[in-house]
Amino acid sequence: MNALLDDLRQHCGADRVLSEATDLIPYSFDGTAELRQMPAAVVFPRSTAEVAACVKSAVHHGVPIVTRGAGTGLSGGSVPVPGCLVICMVDLKAILAVDPAILTLRAQPGAITADIDAAAGKHGLFYPPDPGSMRVSTIGGNVAENSGGLRGLKYGVTRDYVMGLEVVLPDGSITRLGNACVKDVAGYSMKDLFIGSEGTLGIITEVLLKLLPRPAARRTMLASYDRMEDAARTVSAIIAAKIIPCTLEFLDRMTIRCVEDFSKIGLPLDCEALLLMETDGHPAAVADEAAEMEKIALSHGARDIRSARDDAEALTLSSARRNAFTALARVRPTTIVEDVTVPRDKLAEMVAFIAETAAAHRLQVGTFGHMGDGNLHPTFLTDERDTEEMGRVHLALDAIVDKTLALGGTITGEHGVGLAKKAWLPRQFDPASLDLMRTIKRSLDPANLLNPGKIFDC
Amino acid sequence: MADTLDELRDTLQQCIHCGLCLPVCPTYELTRRERSSPRGRISLMKAVAARELEPGEIFAKEMGDCLGCLACQTACPAGVDYASLIETARAEVETRGLNDSPSRSFWRWLALEQLFMNPRALRLAGRMLRLYQKSGLDRAARRLGVTRLLPKSLRDLEPQTPRITAAFSNELIEPCETSTSPPKHRVALLTGCVQDLVFSDINRDTADVLLANGCEVHTPPLQPCCGSLHAHNGAPELARELARRLIDLLPPERFDAIISNSGGCGSHLRHYGKLLAGDPAYAARARLWDSKLRDIHEWLIETGCRPPLAAPQDAPLTVTYHDSCHLAHGQKVVRQPRELLDGIPGVTTVSLPEASWCCGSAGIYNITRPETSAALMERKVGHVIGTSASHLATANPGCHLQLARGLADAGSPVELIQPVTLLARAYRRESLT
Ligand SMILES: Cc1cc2nc3c(=O)[nH]c(=O)nc-3n(C[C@H](O)[C@H](O)[C@H](O)COP(=O)(O)OP(=O)(O)OC[C@H]3O[C@@H](n4cnc5c(N)ncnc54)[C@H](O)[C@@H]3O)c2cc1C
Ligand code: SF4
Ligand code: SF4
Repeated sequence: MNALLDDLRQHCGADRVLSEATDLIPYSFDGTAELRQMPAAVVFPRSTAEVAACVKSAVHHGVPIVTRGAGTGLSGGSVPVPGCLVICMVDLKAILAVDPAILTLRAQPGAITADIDAAAGKHGLFYPPDPGSMRVSTIGGNVAENSGGLRGLKYGVTRDYVMGLEVVLPDGSITRLGNACVKDVAGYSMKDLFIGSEGTLGIITEVLLKLLPRPAARRTMLASYDRMEDAARTVSAIIAAKIIPCTLEFLDRMTIRCVEDFSKIGLPLDCEALLLMETDGHPAAVADEAAEMEKIALSHGARDIRSARDDAEALTLSSARRNAFTALARVRPTTIVEDVTVPRDKLAEMVAFIAETAAAHRLQVGTFGHMGDGNLHPTFLTDERDTEEMGRVHLALDAIVDKTLALGGTITGEHGVGLAKKAWLPRQFDPASLDLMRTIKRSLDPANLLNPGKIFDC
Repeated sequence: MADTLDELRDTLQQCIHCGLCLPVCPTYELTRRERSSPRGRISLMKAVAARELEPGEIFAKEMGDCLGCLACQTACPAGVDYASLIETARAEVETRGLNDSPSRSFWRWLALEQLFMNPRALRLAGRMLRLYQKSGLDRAARRLGVTRLLPKSLRDLEPQTPRITAAFSNELIEPCETSTSPPKHRVALLTGCVQDLVFSDINRDTADVLLANGCEVHTPPLQPCCGSLHAHNGAPELARELARRLIDLLPPERFDAIISNSGGCGSHLRHYGKLLAGDPAYAARARLWDSKLRDIHEWLIETGCRPPLAAPQDAPLTVTYHDSCHLAHGQKVVRQPRELLDGIPGVTTVSLPEASWCCGSAGIYNITRPETSAALMERKVGHVIGTSASHLATANPGCHLQLARGLADAGSPVELIQPVTLLARAYRRESLT
């Protein structure tokens, strides 16, 4: 280790290498409950060349590498593995260029997601993927997790906006994949391999993103319901009416209570579900769609609809949803959030199943999520220090995963597999698919040093 | 209030390390290192509480590097009580003697155990300082280089020493004043320590504003320090002692409200209940005290402040408002000072970007961490100048001094003023119109 530390200090400067326990403890976790592991060192490179040099040295000394963005991941992707070097990308945070002529943006991997959208906004442009963590998360982490957001229904996920990547491979070589062309079928689409690869195949050192014109108008509404099924039926009806709003997000009763407790914005506390609906685009179309959505909601059991009067109120309402996960932590010491996703027509069934399962195991759960995408975040409120209760939590999670797969769903819609969902991956994939993934991992990283043990064992 | 981190395990566990507090933390923004972020500091405290980390010099330094601005507490959806955590962590650093050095111990003893425990001694020191400044000796000493005999840290501080006012609060405010009969409310006015030495005129303004709003104002001439300095600097026992003295001096059952006009003091003053929870003789009264404690702006809005009929001066003013951390994050008083400013004739308000970002004053932070403090001040001053306001309003003596100096150093003509001063001037000019 000492030899590696010397190398790293050479490459990046002594003040960019941490190895004291007091400096390392704050890098021993990400946003995931229960997972903790100390790294051996953390380094903060300032250029692609420095990243490549760090990778070469670590490989030379046989030290595993974990790449870290902002550490907001919810599956343990950037949690260290024993004795590893953490390469932290936060000092590579520049937004390099916005090109309004071809609607692209080039940035370093440590750039904050919200800053990217703000930079685009200065040119009247728009970067749509907006994970709940967008003010904190890095674009590198978003690409590595293929993160979704609140606008996924209309605008898709991170993958839909990645045109090119610069990647440092596990042997320290630097490769540039993709380009600024709208169309490109030369060779395999290698950039796609790295999107969602959770830091196991390479380190992203630059991204080229596609932008859209910024929508001219936006309407945000919050509908309250006495029954969760009615919110789910509203979503189906809106989609069946051939409206694609940018956002259809829901909160259940427990989540509403916690969010209101934090933000005090006057959410109704006596309803079973809130549906956050947002439509954006041309002002005339937005007005039409908003009126139609309101009508559909009311005819499907909505008790009341609050319409944001201005941008500030719209922001307040959508922040309520963004804070949902952390706000749930007000109730109990540990919050374990899941990310199961089912085909949209199975949503109501899944929501009901989650509630029954929690009750059967005598557990507290708050559920929120991307209703329009079929992506649910059942969040168990528990205490990781109570082993008996944790046993019941894991039984409940198992049941939820099995039900999800039986409904044709996936164990994770956007948070990634990492460590937290690794045990369930073989339930979703047949052996041939798992082997294919392993073949790819082995051919790129034969020494298994890049985020080893994440997603699957190799 | 807990004395060791071990007692706060449940509070520590409440942090789910989601990172939503990172973008509001000034020290993380400056360093980009998790150790200097709220969740990083909490993780270190957790490790100390779990005996996984033997706290050493770096831990002590990091707890001292925190501004205590509490922006993280406002941002945290999980409701983590960061204020208690950082106070307790600092108490633990002190009891373990991690910061000890002979000269630090001397100054700490002088400030915490002597001056700020004894209001007479503090005023005496203030009087001496006033003489020194008035005589011009301060400038002469600096010119002759006598100040070079002082240790470096004090030398840097010496020119920063604020001008002591010509009269302290007790010379400006009668123990009981009233203007209407019968008065609508009976309130006690806290005069503070720095406020009393440097801004006694603002205490007078506060009394005038209360009088103009139908209050009978009780202002004991000699008031003990509220103890916030002690609580924030790892001396909880002294903080408790001061709290008891203040409760004895101003029994909460006798007043409709106890008014504080300093953001920093108020933030500490309204948590006596927690501080004295373990003291059977005082716990109940301390809770009553908390329920009566009001920041002046909060009180005025709550009781329906009477809008002044006159403008504070002939020329129109453009005012921008800087949030004191302990008013905005510690007491959640954000909209009230702005509403008061908006209601004053002749005043146009403009909003300040990053208004609730710490100015770097942070109690004695500008003394203990001059570089970080200067970086934050420059950032703030840049924003203020960018608004093209004629006046910067704020409601905390520390911010007031820090920003007045920062603006002067930057050669800016923007004037510092407190919302109550504008209000008081406006009320006083009513009879002229
Ligand atoms: C409150 C909260 C709300 C959230 N809301 C959402 C949401 O709405 N939608 C959603 O999808 N997710 C959400 N997340 C999860 C998380 O924010 C995302 O997964 C995010 O993309 C992680 O970014 P990060 O910079 O924090 O990455 P990290 O957590 O540091 O890392 C995540 C993974 O990416 C890898 N990685 C990071 N940078 C690089 C790089 N430069 N090159 C290669 N690999 C890299 C790491 O090794 C790790 O495997 C939320 C999290 C929180 C705490
Ligand atoms: S203090 Fe609050 S916002 Fe910050 S990491 Fe902990 S839970 Fe999240
Ligand atoms: S109190 Fe201020 S400086 Fe300290 S951790 Fe919180 S936000 Fe950062």
